Amino acid sequence: MPQISQLPEFYVSQIFWMLVFFGLTFLVVGRGMVPRVLSTIADRTTRIAEDLAAAEHARTAAEAEAEAWAETEAAQRARAHDLIASAKHTAALATQANLATATARIDAQVSAAQARITAARDASLGEIEWVAADVAQDIAQRVAGLTISADDARAAVKGAFTHG
Amino acid sequence: MHQFQIEKLFGADWAIAGHSIAFTNSALWMALSTLLLIVFVAGGLQRQVVPGRWQMAVEGFTGFIDGMLAANIGPNGKKYVPYIFSLFMFILFANFIGLVPLGLIGLHPFTFTSHFSATGVLSVMTFLIVLIVGFAKHKLHFFSLFVPHGTPALMVVPIFFIELISFLMRPFSLGLRLFVAMMAGHVLLEVLSSFVISGGNAGPLLFAVAGLPSFVLMVGICALEILVSGIQAYVFVLLTCVYLNDAENLH
Repeated sequence: MPQISQLPEFYVSQIFWMLVFFGLTFLVVGRGMVPRVLSTIADRTTRIAEDLAAAEHARTAAEAEAEAWAETEAAQRARAHDLIASAKHTAALATQANLATATARIDAQVSAAQARITAARDASLGEIEWVAADVAQDIAQRVAGLTISADDARAAVKGAFTHG
Repeated sequence: MHQFQIEKLFGADWAIAGHSIAFTNSALWMALSTLLLIVFVAGGLQRQVVPGRWQMAVEGFTGFIDGMLAANIGPNGKKYVPYIFSLFMFILFANFIGLVPLGLIGLHPFTFTSHFSATGVLSVMTFLIVLIVGFAKHKLHFFSLFVPHGTPALMVVPIFFIELISFLMRPFSLGLRLFVAMMAGHVLLEVLSSFVISGGNAGPLLFAVAGLPSFVLMVGICALEILVSGIQAYVFVLLTCVYLNDAENLH
């Protein structure tokens, strides 16, 4: 077993070179490189954490904005609704007023026309009475040879007119 | 056993206080391990926010060590990441490159973690760090580590000595476990491969009966050895973490 049989000859050499090369490893790799590797990892971890925090922040902001927008939208919707309702109301009122004036005017025209019609009918009835009385006088003259005064004829005609 | 043989490559006359510190094949593989580790980690040092594959691999290893220290020691464990990472990767690379079948191209691979003179350095170093941290942080209170909570007054003295001995055994168990696991694996592979070779030399019948099953078994055990390489490196640093936790937080 060379580990034991060669021990007296080589143990100092083994220990010496082990210390040299492990020391070198420790100084170059352990002290020199490992902290840089670890700091890279730490940098990455903090950067990821920061990015996540920023994303979270942005999300919150966006959500708040969306909420505010929804609120504004609802308010505007309500206002538009009110506007439409009031406009409808005004329009209805105006229509009603217009309708009333138009009705009044038409009514006035109709009653005036009716009055005119009545007057004309009365007038024509009166004339017909005269004509009928004349005709009745004439007929009585020719048929019976009676001379009837104009007043009698008229009274007779009037009675007939009155009784239809 | 030739694969465990240490040979001087150069510097046969180098010495410290009369002891030879010749550059051996063991030292060469330590150097290779260090070099590969530096290349590996440097390759993952692009520091990109979105990591590539290589960077991902390196960050996976550092994250693994970081997580292990955080789980075993807590936030205080952060400062040990460089040491534990170096330890883990150094052992892992040593175990792995010792398994690479470089013999196929005429090289002679050497697993220096199969020498307790090498693993002992790592375990004693770890043990010293535990001692230094423990006494620096808790002064003589560190000895209370050897008296668990709730020990009856009568048992304090025997428990203290039992705990002290088990504490002092730690560097040995730590270093020997790695050395034994690596050596056992390599010996097993060598024994099985010698079955294949001598079975083949002894004739077709023996090759079919002993050689082929050994070869199939060898393939499986090679995969197992790769697993053991990782597990032994992991166990070494996991126990280091547990010991450091004792020193950092006592009980």
